Amino acid sequence: MTKIELTVDGAAVSDDVEPRMLLVQYLREKLGKTGTVIGCDTSNCGACTVHLDGTSVKSCNVLAVQANGRTVTTIEGLADAAEGELHPVQEAFRECHGLQCGFCTPGMIMQAVDLLAENPHPSEEEVRLGMEGNLCRCTGYHNIVKSVLHAAGQNEGATA
Amino acid sequence: MIPVQFDYLAPTSVEEALAALGEHGDDAKIMAGGQSLLPVLRMRLNAPEVVIDLGGISSLRGIRDDGDALVIGAMTTHHDVRDDSLVKEHALLLSKAAAEVADSQIRHRGTFGGALAHADPAGDLGAPALALGAQFVIAGPGGTRTVEAADFFVDLFETAIGDDEILVEVRIPKHTGWGAHYEKFVRVAHQWPIVAIAATVKGSIDEARVGLTNMGSTPLRATATEQALAGASATEDGVREAAQLAAEGTNPPSDLNGAADYRQHLARVLTGRAVLKAAGA
Repeated sequence: MTKIELTVDGAAVSDDVEPRMLLVQYLREKLGKTGTVIGCDTSNCGACTVHLDGTSVKSCNVLAVQANGRTVTTIEGLADAAEGELHPVQEAFRECHGLQCGFCTPGMIMQAVDLLAENPHPSEEEVRLGMEGNLCRCTGYHNIVKSVLHAAGQNEGATA
Repeated sequence: MIPVQFDYLAPTSVEEALAALGEHGDDAKIMAGGQSLLPVLRMRLNAPEVVIDLGGISSLRGIRDDGDALVIGAMTTHHDVRDDSLVKEHALLLSKAAAEVADSQIRHRGTFGGALAHADPAGDLGAPALALGAQFVIAGPGGTRTVEAADFFVDLFETAIGDDEILVEVRIPKHTGWGAHYEKFVRVAHQWPIVAIAATVKGSIDEARVGLTNMGSTPLRATATEQALAGASATEDGVREAAQLAAEGTNPPSDLNGAADYRQHLARVLTGRAVLKAAGA
């Protein structure tokens, strides 16, 4: 076992974990943060995307021990829950109907937040390229792209 | 899918990492960003007893100017290579290729040195490194040595790095102001290329360097194409003949994505596109 100390969604946590434990397992099984989901288990689908020290990573492809001393933000820590408000990107996904079954949505939103942090006013093509590591099997991506553009303040998708 | 149990070591210096490697030998595996290693461990294609994580060695990160070369620390992420202003100025080809590795999340974790040491023939950085004449600085128990790109890639997933050695940095001879393009042919976004072409040109066109991805067990240089491009005009007609030479001497794999002769066809077509884009035409 290896001791890890990190910050998850604003709270300091510490645990003894097996080195082989994946970050996504740690979040779900140790911390109960099941908002972050396991989609493909092969680092392809991006459903497990979280932020590690402020940038997006696939949490099935990071060991929990690699997050030692670092800061993790999951979909559950994105909005200020106490205020009862959604994060603007979450709001945009609701507004633009950017999901159907919803399974890919936590990862989509976390990647969209990262994308907009780096490029606050992306073109549609830049959104599609920036979200290439996240797979959706329902929507055909169209409303997801609209949602991201909507969150960026480009409102052409708002009526979807 | 969960890896088999292993012991985890997180050295904070290259010396410590080398000592750990010396102690555990074949039972140990070096982890850089882990973006290729962790899938391998999860699928249990490999089961090291010890994983030595280089993530805590800060001296291995970063890019510096060293006269006629750039020096890229092995643990510098693809994301940082892509965005670095020195890289854009002196080795634009690397910035272009780093931008095409996998996807955004992987580029935040995956490292330049890790990808090169992994030596996947479909990896995106080998061909650009080869085309730019990279030199690989490898640390071992007896000190460091430097290996030329032409000698670094040995075979499928095999490099000149010894069992008791670690790749610490890569020197890239400056190609200041050269145009560049990485033309990647994929069936699915964010996947490995079926074939990709790394092209960088001086002027339009005085000199050219062309590397081939996934056209054999190692990255390759299209030397006949490079020679034919010297003095060519940056037009479709001007580069056609040179591009036709791109697959010369290659022995690409046949797999579900395409047969060998199809890959050779792709190499010729994509080389033309890559060179023209690199020349800004």
